[in-house]
Amino acid sequence: MQNDLASSAIDYGKKPFWVQARPYLIMAPALLITVGILYPFVTAIYYSLTNYSFRTTTFRFVGLKNWIQMFSEPEFWHAILVTGKYAVASTGTEMLLGLGIALLLSRESKFTRILRVLLIFPLMIAPVIATIIWQLMINNSVGILEKFLNLFGVYDFPWASSAKTALLTATMIDVWVYAPFVVLLILAGLQSLPKSPFDAARIDGGSAWFTFRTLTLPMLKPFIYIALIFRLMASLQEFAIIFALTKGGPGNTLMNLSITGYTTGFAYLKFGESLPYVLVLWLIIFLISRKLVSRWLLVQQTATGN
Amino acid sequence: MSHKFGMLFFIGAALLLYSCGSGNKQSHNRSGGDKSLRQAQEVAGTGGFRWDMASGSAIKVLLNQHPYSEAIIKKIPDFEKVTGIRVEYAITPEENYFDKVTTSLNSRTGDPDIFMTGAYQIWEYAGADFIQNLDPFIQDSNLLSPDYDIEDIYPGVLGTLRWDLVPGHMTGRGPLWALPLGFELYSLAYNKKVFEKFGLTPPKTMEELIRVCEKLREFDGKGTYPIALRGSRNWGTIHPGFMSTFANYGARDFAVEDNRLVSKVNSPESVKMTEDWVRLIKTGGAPAWSGYTWYQAGADLGAGKAAMLFDADINGYFQTGKGASKEAENIAWTVMPLPEGQDEINSNLWTWAIAMNKASRNKLAAWLFLQYFTGAEYSLWSALEMNAVDPARKSVWNNPEFQAKMADREGYYETFQATIDGTRILFTPQPHFFETTTEWAATLQSIVAGKYTSVQEALDILKRKMDEAVEDVVIE
Repeated sequence: MQNDLASSAIDYGKKPFWVQARPYLIMAPALLITVGILYPFVTAIYYSLTNYSFRTTTFRFVGLKNWIQMFSEPEFWHAILVTGKYAVASTGTEMLLGLGIALLLSRESKFTRILRVLLIFPLMIAPVIATIIWQLMINNSVGILEKFLNLFGVYDFPWASSAKTALLTATMIDVWVYAPFVVLLILAGLQSLPKSPFDAARIDGGSAWFTFRTLTLPMLKPFIYIALIFRLMASLQEFAIIFALTKGGPGNTLMNLSITGYTTGFAYLKFGESLPYVLVLWLIIFLISRKLVSRWLLVQQTATGN
Repeated sequence: MSHKFGMLFFIGAALLLYSCGSGNKQSHNRSGGDKSLRQAQEVAGTGGFRWDMASGSAIKVLLNQHPYSEAIIKKIPDFEKVTGIRVEYAITPEENYFDKVTTSLNSRTGDPDIFMTGAYQIWEYAGADFIQNLDPFIQDSNLLSPDYDIEDIYPGVLGTLRWDLVPGHMTGRGPLWALPLGFELYSLAYNKKVFEKFGLTPPKTMEELIRVCEKLREFDGKGTYPIALRGSRNWGTIHPGFMSTFANYGARDFAVEDNRLVSKVNSPESVKMTEDWVRLIKTGGAPAWSGYTWYQAGADLGAGKAAMLFDADINGYFQTGKGASKEAENIAWTVMPLPEGQDEINSNLWTWAIAMNKASRNKLAAWLFLQYFTGAEYSLWSALEMNAVDPARKSVWNNPEFQAKMADREGYYETFQATIDGTRILFTPQPHFFETTTEWAATLQSIVAGKYTSVQEALDILKRKMDEAVEDVVIE
């Protein structure tokens, strides 16, 4: 009888199923997303340790062979160099140009309002299409840029067909496509800055350069860093512009990590060998962006005075 | 920190040791059986061939952007009407076409059922078990139309699509992997109006060709140049005029030594040929040569920007015919220039063919598609109405209407006749074809760009790369 009573008594300490499961249910979407993000990444690491290829129906574990081979190839170090040069040249130009144009467009007028709209146009074009447009513009027979250079007595400028000018050409296209992105980001930052410090500086007779150096630039730094993080990450990964322009040529001139990885995987069908290139690229981007993000947090604190 | 580093080192060392010891231990097999072939044969039955034997099926076809594809697309409604098979097709430009094909075939989903291919691709795809062997279809009288007449296809062209899967073995033996839509050989197309204006005759030797190029610089003002050649960073640059000239200089890509492939690209013959080819590019090539593909090279001859085109005979042909291009009426052909003292023409051969995906689930319908679009009736129609040349069938070349059409193109038929006997695949079949030829094209670009002190130095480096690429190939 006592046992019956004990078994039928309500257990106030026991929580209902939904209450118990709540923490896991709350976490579930985040967990799914994390697994979704990590799965391809882990798969890439796994396959980089195999001789996986489209060419054969079997594959096997080869340990670090692909990695050791990659590090011993001069093509890898060349690809690192090209990746770095391209990223520095394109991001550097875009940041300087973006900052300059944003400062010019920050003044309110009918003209600047029209320009702000026009600036978005290159961003609407896919990089591959932009490259095709540029190929027409730099064409030695009909290209407008060739005609422009003819005015200065320069004929048959080699553009993407020469090892000496291919990087310049690819960088120009990158800047044309992405500089507006930097302009828009910095412009948004400029328009969000408080007015009072600038009014005070004007009343105190501060010069334009003094105001820019001591007020505008420090307060704008968080926006500059955001633009820098986005552009540097993307330009380190750049594929579309270079592939559409020269496929990495002439010779190996523009063979960066992305193009080398793609060519090894898709043209040479050596997937196991191509993945270390992609993973090294990921590691470089991860380390640089981590450094930049922590720096961004710091400048944001400084700019907001927190 | 040092503890973490130690752990990483330990894991790395363990992986390395495991790989050394594992050898060929565990393989993951991704291939399946060929049930669908047996099913196709069962559906066809033993009652004889019928075009509607797969009525109600649907197939997917992947096509390269080419006049051959335009002809196929135009005839698809007729095929659907005759067979009751629904066809879905996709078309991709050549630069990215084979990347798409490779990715699709590797998925082994059976999509696409049919795809366009060349002979070189078979060296990779057949070994990977991507392509259906067509011999069981050809040999089955219930599956082969009595009108098909496979003997009508030039044996030399059909032979390029047969291969025994042994690297180093030439084509012509082994299973049949595809059926030809058409083919091309290599010759010199030129603008006869420009030649007349400058009082020139078509060059017969490489030295004459370079001299002609010197005379034709900016022959019609800025933007015009002597000779269109392919130069982009892929295999397409190597296989047309370059490979034919390479063979005419007595050079070869590989030799078989001790059951292994050994690159011969740094031989004296190869060095001499490459020096002359680079001189040709620098003297007469387009300023943007390193970006030139099949499309740009052909279009420049048609537009009057280039006075000559050393490429596929059909590339110039597609610029002729009413309204095809500005210079359509002025294009003529002659045999390719040879090195001094050489009188035997060696031309490489490329054939666009159609093949069946091994993983296709609609093999009967796919086989009917293959037959229809490589059959004699379609070949004649596509050659006459859609300019799909060079036809792979003898009956088309013997057709009076086709011969009359050829007569309109000055020198085309004569050049074809003079070259066809020396036309064959000049590459050594091996599964790393795209890697070795892409590296070859990249090296050529670098030599033209002046990266190396000598052609010999560049080709010595290329030889090492090619040897490394094929080091896993053992010829049994």
